[in-house]
Amino acid sequence: MFDIVIIGAGIVGAMLARKLSQYELKILVIEKENDVANVTTMANSAIIHSGYDPLPNSLKAKLNVLGNKQFDEIAKQLDVKFSRIGSLTLAFDEKQLETLKELQQRGKENQVETFILNKEETLKIEPNINDNVIGSLFAPTAGIIDPFNLCVHAMENACENGVILHLEEEVIDIKKEDNNFKIITNKDEYLTSIVINASGYNADDIAKKVEDIDWSINPRKGQYFVLDHFDDNFVNHVIFPLPSEKGKGVLVSKTTSNNYIVGPSSEPCLKDDFSCDKLTLDNVRNSAKEMVKNIPFNQTIRIFSGIRATSSRHDFIIEPAKKYPNFINIAGIESPGLVSSPAIADYVITNYISKLINLVPNKNFNPYVRPYVHFLDLSIEKQNELIKKDKDFSKLICNCEKVTLGEIKDVLNRYVKPSTLKGVKKRTRAGFGKCQSGFCQSNIIDILSTFYQVDKTKILYDKINSNILFYKTKVGENND
Amino acid sequence: MKQLTCIICPRGCQLTIDDNLNVTGNFCKRGQIYALEELTNPSRTLTTTIRVRNRKDVLIPVRTNKKVPKDKLFDIMQIINKTTVLAPCHINDVAIKNVLNLGVDIIFTSEIK
Amino acid sequence: MINCQLVIIGGGSAGMASALKAYQEGIKDIIIIEKDDKLGGILNQCIHDGFGLDLFKEELSGPEYAYRFIQEIEKLNIRCFLSTFILGIDNDFNIKILNKDGVEIIKAHAIIFAAGCYERNAGAINLMGDRPSGIMSAGTAQKYLNIKGYMPSKRVVILGSGDIGLITARRMTLEGAEVLAVLEIMPYSNGLTRNIKQCLDDFNIPLYLSTTVKQVIGKSRLEKVIACRVDENGNFIDGSEIEFDCDTLLLSVGLIPNIGLIKDMGIRFSSTRGPVVDELLQTDKKGLFACGNCLHVHDLVDHVTNEGYLAGLGASLFLKNKIKENLNVEVIAKNYVSYVVPQYINTTLLDNITLKFRVKKPLKNVNIVISDDKRIIKRIPKLTLLPSQMENIVIKTLDLVQNNGKIYVDIEMKI
Repeated sequence: MFDIVIIGAGIVGAMLARKLSQYELKILVIEKENDVANVTTMANSAIIHSGYDPLPNSLKAKLNVLGNKQFDEIAKQLDVKFSRIGSLTLAFDEKQLETLKELQQRGKENQVETFILNKEETLKIEPNINDNVIGSLFAPTAGIIDPFNLCVHAMENACENGVILHLEEEVIDIKKEDNNFKIITNKDEYLTSIVINASGYNADDIAKKVEDIDWSINPRKGQYFVLDHFDDNFVNHVIFPLPSEKGKGVLVSKTTSNNYIVGPSSEPCLKDDFSCDKLTLDNVRNSAKEMVKNIPFNQTIRIFSGIRATSSRHDFIIEPAKKYPNFINIAGIESPGLVSSPAIADYVITNYISKLINLVPNKNFNPYVRPYVHFLDLSIEKQNELIKKDKDFSKLICNCEKVTLGEIKDVLNRYVKPSTLKGVKKRTRAGFGKCQSGFCQSNIIDILSTFYQVDKTKILYDKINSNILFYKTKVGENND
Repeated sequence: MKQLTCIICPRGCQLTIDDNLNVTGNFCKRGQIYALEELTNPSRTLTTTIRVRNRKDVLIPVRTNKKVPKDKLFDIMQIINKTTVLAPCHINDVAIKNVLNLGVDIIFTSEIK
Repeated sequence: MINCQLVIIGGGSAGMASALKAYQEGIKDIIIIEKDDKLGGILNQCIHDGFGLDLFKEELSGPEYAYRFIQEIEKLNIRCFLSTFILGIDNDFNIKILNKDGVEIIKAHAIIFAAGCYERNAGAINLMGDRPSGIMSAGTAQKYLNIKGYMPSKRVVILGSGDIGLITARRMTLEGAEVLAVLEIMPYSNGLTRNIKQCLDDFNIPLYLSTTVKQVIGKSRLEKVIACRVDENGNFIDGSEIEFDCDTLLLSVGLIPNIGLIKDMGIRFSSTRGPVVDELLQTDKKGLFACGNCLHVHDLVDHVTNEGYLAGLGASLFLKNKIKENLNVEVIAKNYVSYVVPQYINTTLLDNITLKFRVKKPLKNVNIVISDDKRIIKRIPKLTLLPSQMENIVIKTLDLVQNNGKIYVDIEMKI
């Protein structure tokens, strides 16, 4: 019997699990993917938005602003790369400049401080912006973050504080039993007094398992370019065009790993469609070129797409099922979902969970995740201390991103450990660089196969059946 | 009349062989020899790897020490794939003697200590 | 801190040759830094033959070619730091290295950068469609097959008909995979004709010219490749799609100089994406030399070795303080010439200078013309020029002595 079962281990589920782990509760997180942060949290713009842009009084506006304020502390506690580089929203004509002023007003209502910069001020801080810019809205509290490790470390910290995580387990049905719910998965059944539906783009399907709903998830795809580390100062802020009804538009930004990201597009899609197409990406490229000049697209190392869990209500849906106060839906968490995630957790706990269950503080709660190793950032003395203790830190596995074997083994010896190449990649950056794992993939397969004591042919790239290798060659007659 | 691409060197001459086996288009004499051989008995050097029995997950590269008939390549691969060798291995040492009785040896092209 | 006269970064064919030459020229205090546990670089996984025709008049396999140099290095007792990685190089040539002994700084007086190249990947060519497993570079597949002993595919399509693509097609076939097609976006192959013969024709593997991948399909492992013909502008021709049911797409779509470690040293880079160099292969940074595939991508290892020798000579002249820059000639690629290495000629130390370049498209019946603003220095007739083949033209430094300005490498059509 669990107090709370959270369905979904994306950023919303992970942040909520972590915040709930400060209470004496029996919590289970069920995730159908083979890793946390594997769908929408894996593929987005990685921006901690300032919050001037959502419509005042919407949940998006409130939770964005409240979430943003928490990130300095969260980044420190969860050992995640985060940097408040600020955002610039650009105006290229007088009409757009007027809109910027309206946006600044909207920001005031949302209690977000912004500044209007003139042409010279804009170009002075961002010389690579097109010369026809006439002004910009500067939002200093916007930032960039490593979204994968934000989620991985949040879940890790939740597990350190007692939360149980089940991966590769899919919810098949949910049945009401007295005042509780019985969650039936493809592997087991669990009784729980509270269900939290944080299942991203599947939230409508999960919600429908207990009652009819008057909303739906209509996913929208966003396609991106990722560029190599070619110049640490190409752009220094998150560069936005004016937002439109379709979203915040194509941005150009540095990432926490000093790559550059250009995107996203926004188009309706099916729930499992992560494909990229030429027409859309050509449009993304052209939109970006209208803002920033000389973007070296020949430095592209990856194109990818992510899916937004856009809801039919166009605001976050955070509310109990109509019939059941102990079944809480958190749905439609599209942008600014990442930045809002800690505030969403607070909102759910304060408004709903605290009214359903007695929250007793967990005396052993430690908000600090066991620190991860960032070998490259250490002093030579510290590096040598580490190597003296463990020779694995003297072996570089990924040459592009300079990731040591020791760091890969560190993430393997955690509660929330990777089982796939993508899992290793999103935690350690091994394979994220310019060769895109061309050199190191075979070595990471060796590491995973040794760690899990399975044959190399069993190692997956990402989802089930995404194996890389078919069979061992030259083993005599039994080649299969 | 037959047309052939010479594979002796990276130049890749386009060779023409007439009905009297006269070769034209060759930059050097080796092209002529190649053309006649390719018509009567096409042969290739085979390069591949052999598994090393006493080293974990180690293969050693090997080659035929002479050209072998083209139509025997897959037969030789089969023999090699079933064979394992013991390290240490030295470059040019014989891994498989007189493979398929062709008078050709499979030799190591690298070192395993 | 280790003090060292000459540090060579990379123990592949370029690095080994440069070490040998520098040693021969009297520089004995050398360290070669190699990330692998043995010398040889990428040659170790290139088990096919065809290496060394220029230098040894033999057709060696990659490991055999490497072995000849490894033996020399061992004989001369040149210091090699194997399984050693470089974390950074600063502008004073402090090289931060990492190996089993820990992190250490090597202070070098000169550096030869010979770090090779890496393969362009799916992202770099904007490969459209899903993101399944089974899409990998030809070199990665080669490593699985030749080094690790695992088969990464059963039914393969190869994109790119450069030599790596062709050789991998044969290797895959011999090891039991079925190669359904080799696709080439250009109307001609970028591989050697002999490789088309012995790697594709010998095994009845079809080569589709003017054809590329339009879309890849597969939610987990690759299931299908949709290929499509392209017109002369590279646009897809609707209705010419061909579907291949396959589990693997191998990419052999070009190599890029691996210059990550020196990109922040304030030096210029050329259109090859390697550094700008002079005739001694010295970069803008005095004492930093570059050679091999990190300078520009070669098609024959023999040429890489020769370039290594030249960098070794250059670095030894630098260390002996013999480089006096008494010339100032810029070498400019014109029209059909895509690039020329070196980009500058700064000294009269060499009697002859080899200009290395490639053309942008196949050309027939042309003259290569080397000229300055006043006259033609050299005119060489050529029956064919191919983008896949690097051209080497030797000019006499004497011809340049009066010329402090520009020389041009151009192609002239014969009418």
